[in-house]
Amino acid sequence: MSKRARALFCSPLTTAILTAAAGGVSASTDGGMGNLNMVRGVTEVSQVAYDVHMLMMWICTVIGVVVFGFMFYVMYAHRKSRGVEAANFHEHLGVEIAWTVVPALILIFMAIPATSALLKVYDTDNADIDIKVTGYQWKWQYEYLGEGVKYMSELRTSLDEVYGRVPKGEHYLREVTEPLVIPVNKKVRFLITGNDVIHSWWVPDFGVKRDAVPGLFTAAWARVNTPGMYVGECTELCGIGHAFMPVVVEVKSEEDYSVWLADKKEQAAVYASTVGKQWSPQELMEKGQQVYMRSCAGCHQPDGNGIAGVFPAVNGSAIVNGPIDGHIGILINGVAGSAMQSFADQLSEVDLAAVIHYKRNAWDNAVGDVVQPIDILNFKNAQ
Amino acid sequence: MAVSLRDRALLGKLSLLVVAMFAFAVFVMPPLYNLFCDILGIGGKTGSAYQAVDVEVDTSRSVEVQFVAMKNETMPWDFYPRETSVSVHPGESRSVIFYAHNRTGKDMVGQAIPNLVPFNVADYFHKTECFCFNNQPLASGEEADLELVFIVDPDLPTSINTLTLSYTLFDITNRSRPTLAQAQ
Amino acid sequence: MAHGPAKGISRWLFTTNHKDIGTLYLWFSFLMFLLGGFFAMVVRAELFQPGMQLIKPEFFNQMTTMHGLVMVFGAIMPAFVGLANWMIPMMIGAPDMALPRMNNLSFWILPFAFAILVATLFMEGGGPNFGWTFYAPLSTTYAPDTVNYFIFAVHIMGASSIMGSINIIATIMNMRAPGMTYMKMPLFVWTWLITAFLLVAVMPVLAGAVTMMLMDINFGTSFFNAAGGGDPVLFQHVFWFFGHPEVYIIILPAFGVVSQIIPTFSRKPLFGYSSMVYATAAIAFLSFVVWAHHMFTVGMPIAGELYFMYATMLIAVPTGVKVFNWITTMYRGALTFETPMLFSIAFVILFTFGGFTGLMLSVAAADIQYHDTYFVVAHFHYVMVAGAVFSGTAAVYYWLPKWCGKMYNETMGKIQFWIAFIAFNITFMPQHFLGLAGMPRRYADYGLQFADWNMVSSIGAFMYGGAQLLFLFNVVRTITHGQPVSDAKVWEGADGLEWLVATPAPYHTFIKPPVISAGVEGPEWRVDAPAPAMAFKTAPEAG
Repeated sequence: MSKRARALFCSPLTTAILTAAAGGVSASTDGGMGNLNMVRGVTEVSQVAYDVHMLMMWICTVIGVVVFGFMFYVMYAHRKSRGVEAANFHEHLGVEIAWTVVPALILIFMAIPATSALLKVYDTDNADIDIKVTGYQWKWQYEYLGEGVKYMSELRTSLDEVYGRVPKGEHYLREVTEPLVIPVNKKVRFLITGNDVIHSWWVPDFGVKRDAVPGLFTAAWARVNTPGMYVGECTELCGIGHAFMPVVVEVKSEEDYSVWLADKKEQAAVYASTVGKQWSPQELMEKGQQVYMRSCAGCHQPDGNGIAGVFPAVNGSAIVNGPIDGHIGILINGVAGSAMQSFADQLSEVDLAAVIHYKRNAWDNAVGDVVQPIDILNFKNAQ
Repeated sequence: MAVSLRDRALLGKLSLLVVAMFAFAVFVMPPLYNLFCDILGIGGKTGSAYQAVDVEVDTSRSVEVQFVAMKNETMPWDFYPRETSVSVHPGESRSVIFYAHNRTGKDMVGQAIPNLVPFNVADYFHKTECFCFNNQPLASGEEADLELVFIVDPDLPTSINTLTLSYTLFDITNRSRPTLAQAQ
Repeated sequence: MAHGPAKGISRWLFTTNHKDIGTLYLWFSFLMFLLGGFFAMVVRAELFQPGMQLIKPEFFNQMTTMHGLVMVFGAIMPAFVGLANWMIPMMIGAPDMALPRMNNLSFWILPFAFAILVATLFMEGGGPNFGWTFYAPLSTTYAPDTVNYFIFAVHIMGASSIMGSINIIATIMNMRAPGMTYMKMPLFVWTWLITAFLLVAVMPVLAGAVTMMLMDINFGTSFFNAAGGGDPVLFQHVFWFFGHPEVYIIILPAFGVVSQIIPTFSRKPLFGYSSMVYATAAIAFLSFVVWAHHMFTVGMPIAGELYFMYATMLIAVPTGVKVFNWITTMYRGALTFETPMLFSIAFVILFTFGGFTGLMLSVAAADIQYHDTYFVVAHFHYVMVAGAVFSGTAAVYYWLPKWCGKMYNETMGKIQFWIAFIAFNITFMPQHFLGLAGMPRRYADYGLQFADWNMVSSIGAFMYGGAQLLFLFNVVRTITHGQPVSDAKVWEGADGLEWLVATPAPYHTFIKPPVISAGVEGPEWRVDAPAPAMAFKTAPEAG
């Protein structure tokens, strides 16, 4: 858009009109029937959206009062029961032109602040921080581009609360496992996409809503002027969990944010070299053999054939060659009433994955599947 | 009820019209559509290979090009750009590498779908070579360094300073045609 | 020498009579209205309080989806097609529709289609659960197996609409009585002529969209799948290219009904007849070029978003023209407030209110906060329920005496109106607040800050459902026990060919067409030579 067009739309006059219109009540957070209006929010975009909303609302209210007022007057004054005679006129070119032209002019008047507001929404360039937001069924993933920090953010409210088995907490459906954290007063750009179906990432206080479409990225930005916790929602039907994947953003001061980010990066590095890493089959076989020799061969023997009647063979065993979950379950839970104990606390996820993979693919076994440390962790979490 | 001669002739003409419509849709529309897209350069999709011509490198400005890798739900490969962003001059040809690794126990085929943000500058971003032009077969455990060579057009509007190129990697093993070739 | 209707069930299965077919459409649409209303009651019952008390989210999604599909395709559209069938031939002095046998087919495939659609609720995997707008890939890759039945049902409904529209266009263009030029036609006929063109233009687009879905789901194509080079956003463009004209298809005949009723009860001709025709045509034309205002958050480039914002705002101009013309029709008339007039006045006020929220929605920057929230739900229920449904209800009260020769009980009618009006506003006004406060649509559950208004809305919804049962009672009671109508014209201020035939309307009317006076356009035309048809009364003096 040309510089002069920008100047027209972003002029002080436009700002003045919008601010004047915004004298109305902004949304309260007290819940219940006090909630009548949109939030004014904590970013430029949210405030400009609120201002243009209020402007439109007041214009429509004035038009409505005038038009319906006239109509109610007519319904009162021109009732047959008052003894009036119906007139017979039924056309007038002048009046038709008038009520075509005047609304068109009002629309043009409305279009100017509407346009300048939209220009602000699209100003995603020159951001300080880029965050990739990915919508999953039914949670969000946040990745700080260039920092190596990535995590999922899932609803923390329990199903028990949802189904009424326990009383609902004060943050019912407004709490997540790990909120998105951003610093105050920095321009943050959100690059939003979807992993499976279309979701939509909305934070009303930021004036940000963009669809999360699988296969492409959309962009939005926010520069938040007040620290605090802000809650948003998924706003595109995405399946059964649509109402259960809120957005929670924590806006910290710049110093607090730096500390938090450094801490997250450290955690990410540790994780990346162990559980988070995706191991290749060869790496798993190598490590698995070491673990097996150290921790399993004592009973199951180095050749995997066990001792008949005492320790079962793992070479050719039905469990080892069977479904992966059954096999993992044996190591995580042990076998009650036997010498096979639970190894969940003795071996790390990395070791467990490696030794399971080794057993499934060594000697005469050739199952061919690959189990990763993250799979072990997920199995443990699911129990 | 006998069908009159006039009605029979009309029926014949209408049947011919229906056949002609199908023929148009199947044989004439696709080339026409491609022609339209070439002429108009529909945005968002950065299209097929760009034939590089000699352009003046505009050293007075720099544009930051960021790279984002996204894996679709069922895609278990490792996939990330070796450099997350580069600074280029418009007109300058630049190469970047995306790393892909098939960690699974089976041979698979992937397809990377590109996407450029902001959408309306797709016309100003030219890919002379891109791994997204073809599907990517990787055998079990195989890794690959996939190359992208691109040029930012010097006519890029001066108000744009950042381009973000993203690739979403999809698993198309069951969709692609048989006989997986060896990956590069 | 025309004979009366056949006897028994074969009358209804094989009828080619426009009145019978109109009756079939109307009863079918009311049945669907009650069914769609039942789905809505399930939704509002679950949303009465936060938490999941009655149903699971998967079933909730099916209820919201089916409510939308049944109401749009099964209730509203067939209701107005029923009105078209009953009234258009009589209004233009024609003996029947141009293609009577196709008319029968157009109706009878509908119960078939809806039987399939509703049956999916009982099949494994459940019915459609992806919203009435069925965006891909939720409706393709992630859809339940019954999605193929859904697609089949949509194809059939589309075929019904297309055939019906062809019939309407052929009838209006070819079978007007001598002397009835286009600019003499009643406005209800005009709005249906224009609506029929809209239908013929966009129903095939919907068929295209669901066929592409079918291909993606079953035949490995990638129209809406980025993996194969396609785009989920393409679905939205194709769907809304149909979807936006669809909402005008819903409302234009409703405009037509109100344009018939208000002059009658104002005892004054419709003000600005030609403006009304041009405004309707302008709305129809504009409806084709605004579809992406349903997609403001999908990441369109700013030029596109600005264009769609301006084009959408522009629709307010011809719509405003119509509202002003209705009010000026009332101005200096002699008004009485029988039930049809009450519903029509409520239409003008509440539809306009919905139009205002529509104008607010068109502002893309503000739409960031409205899109996919209850603000949108409130908007479209104001224009579709207080708009189209109120207009349809008004039409039934207005023309029921002509159809069955009995007068409804005016007191009961007024009571039904007030309950419906109050209940409607209790249901949907709070939804504006919910949307502004941040509650998204299609939510099975919500945070505690949304609890109070949801409870109010649910109470209103149940009340509104009760009002519809009262409406059913009123209609049935009239047919069985109503006072016979004393005057064939029924309403003192009524005007038009349909009021010249006997009451109840004979099975065949205008077997020979009347001749309309030449030279005088607009509502001043007169019948020159009333045809000597059965039970045909002479033209009264117009008011």
